[in-house]
Amino acid sequence: MFPTPIERTSRSWQITYQSLLPLALILWLLPLIAVAIFSVKPDADFSNANYWGWPSSFEGFTNYALVFTGSDMPQYLLNSFKITIPTVIGAVGLSCMTGFALGVYKFKANIWIFFMFVAGNFVPFQILMVPVRDLTLQMGLYNTITGLVLFHIAFQTGFCTLFMRNFIRALPFELIEAARVEGVSEWRIFWYVVLPLMKPAIAALSVLIFTFIWNDYFWAVVLTQGVESQPVTAGITSFNAQYRAAYHLMSAGSIVAALPPVAMFFLMQRHFIAGLTLGAVK
Amino acid sequence: MAQASVTEIRQSSWWHRNQQQLTPWLFLAPGILFFLFYVIFPIFQSFNLSLYEWDGLGKAEFVGLYNYEELYWDDAFYTSLKNNVLWLLLYLLAIPAGLFIALFLNQTVTGIRLYKSLFFFPFVISQVVVGLVFTWFYDPTFGLLNVLLGAVGLPPLNVLGDENTVTIGIIVAGLWPQTAYCMILYLTGLNAVDPEQIEAGRLDGAKGWRMLWYIIVPQLRPATFIAFVVTIIGALRSFDLISVMTNGGPFGASRVLSFYMFEVALSEYGFRMGYGAAIAVVLFLIMLAFIAYFLWSMYKEEKAR
Repeated sequence: MFPTPIERTSRSWQITYQSLLPLALILWLLPLIAVAIFSVKPDADFSNANYWGWPSSFEGFTNYALVFTGSDMPQYLLNSFKITIPTVIGAVGLSCMTGFALGVYKFKANIWIFFMFVAGNFVPFQILMVPVRDLTLQMGLYNTITGLVLFHIAFQTGFCTLFMRNFIRALPFELIEAARVEGVSEWRIFWYVVLPLMKPAIAALSVLIFTFIWNDYFWAVVLTQGVESQPVTAGITSFNAQYRAAYHLMSAGSIVAALPPVAMFFLMQRHFIAGLTLGAVK
Repeated sequence: MAQASVTEIRQSSWWHRNQQQLTPWLFLAPGILFFLFYVIFPIFQSFNLSLYEWDGLGKAEFVGLYNYEELYWDDAFYTSLKNNVLWLLLYLLAIPAGLFIALFLNQTVTGIRLYKSLFFFPFVISQVVVGLVFTWFYDPTFGLLNVLLGAVGLPPLNVLGDENTVTIGIIVAGLWPQTAYCMILYLTGLNAVDPEQIEAGRLDGAKGWRMLWYIIVPQLRPATFIAFVVTIIGALRSFDLISVMTNGGPFGASRVLSFYMFEVALSEYGFRMGYGAAIAVVLFLIMLAFIAYFLWSMYKEEKAR
């Protein structure tokens, strides 16, 4: 292991390290800690210029309650879920199929189709912006959740295919061979042999795509406007316009907006990290 | 079901014979069609559109390379391009920073898993929130930055209000989640480092920096490659932070190509779709150089298998 495991070093370095860890963490997360403290402060603290001092009273419940009752935040949150969940299902579903096709079968166009997905996934959004917006308008899906979901599914399929294909490549191929010898049809091989083995990849990818889509801001601004269809990332900006300079409310709103992917990350921690590295490094 | 498939095989022997050639295409069809429709074709449409003057509603007028000529004389374009280069260069700092934190956390003390997760936190949070948080951090009236500067006796700064510092200020905000990302990539990379080579290095007297540079870093190559890819792409895609923190200001000093394109095509500055497309094409060509390199590296690796 590198660096030298802490157990094998001098006692004084061990103590230094143990005390350095929490310090470094606090420093690293300082901006977030500040926002968390802001979000439980009373309004008066900001007018008295008590920005960085201890909250003069704990107003967490009032502030967060106001976020949910005094603004469109619940609607934005609901929209975010309505956008994110179908996208995750769609993109992961499509890429299970494309990943299977590219990972298992050998044919001439294989690597070129794979590269098409990979290259498309790296493209700057701006080159797609005007045509995709125009396309969405023409299909009558501008400013609808459906329009946003369809595009997200298509675009995320690129990354998901890269991920799934590499995962399937690493599976034991003998299993598929054995099934073929038994005369199992290709469709059944996919459904009964490969898909069950893909469960960890599906879990990892789902968490990853959930976070990506939840945090998307650019396409939300390009393809939607207004409360009825915008997700919470776009909603937070109008929320902030509504409560300009009400820092306690803006903080509480930001925390609410950031919470679902954070919760997802902690619940599925192992899958998430596997997802970030597996699809890529392997 | 089993009964049905047996008769199926007997009846459609053509399907049975060609099953292995046809199946991949059936599996690929929905994904490819979707991807072509929403990603690949729009790229070409943007190329085409950059030759037109179009407000998004009326009739598009063919103007040839006029948009590119205008771009050539546009000061805002050069500001954006310069900032893009700055983003590319400074954003790469996330890679050594991520490696440094990964080395710091690559221990087995109690609770280290939680520490690793919490260090990764900034990446999970939306860039919109990151932007907001850093705007307050830099705020000239109450920002923590000036409180800290004041504590060590330095004069206050208005980072986001000064044309010379604004882009660097935004990049620092962007480096926060990006460093967390690189850190995770390196943490998993460090897991895969061969312990025997480390022991052999130790026997040869390699320590500290020499050990890191000659034995560890070469083994982290795959992680470094991915960190490089995601950082370059992240740098060229930067939009959210700029939009939230400064909206391109002050006086357009913090624009990058992706933001300028959006401004030209879809904001109060007017709906100049053709001109926007031309900017997007330039951005795409810059990205294409990197994409070609990434694909080439992947292709070599595939061949080597």
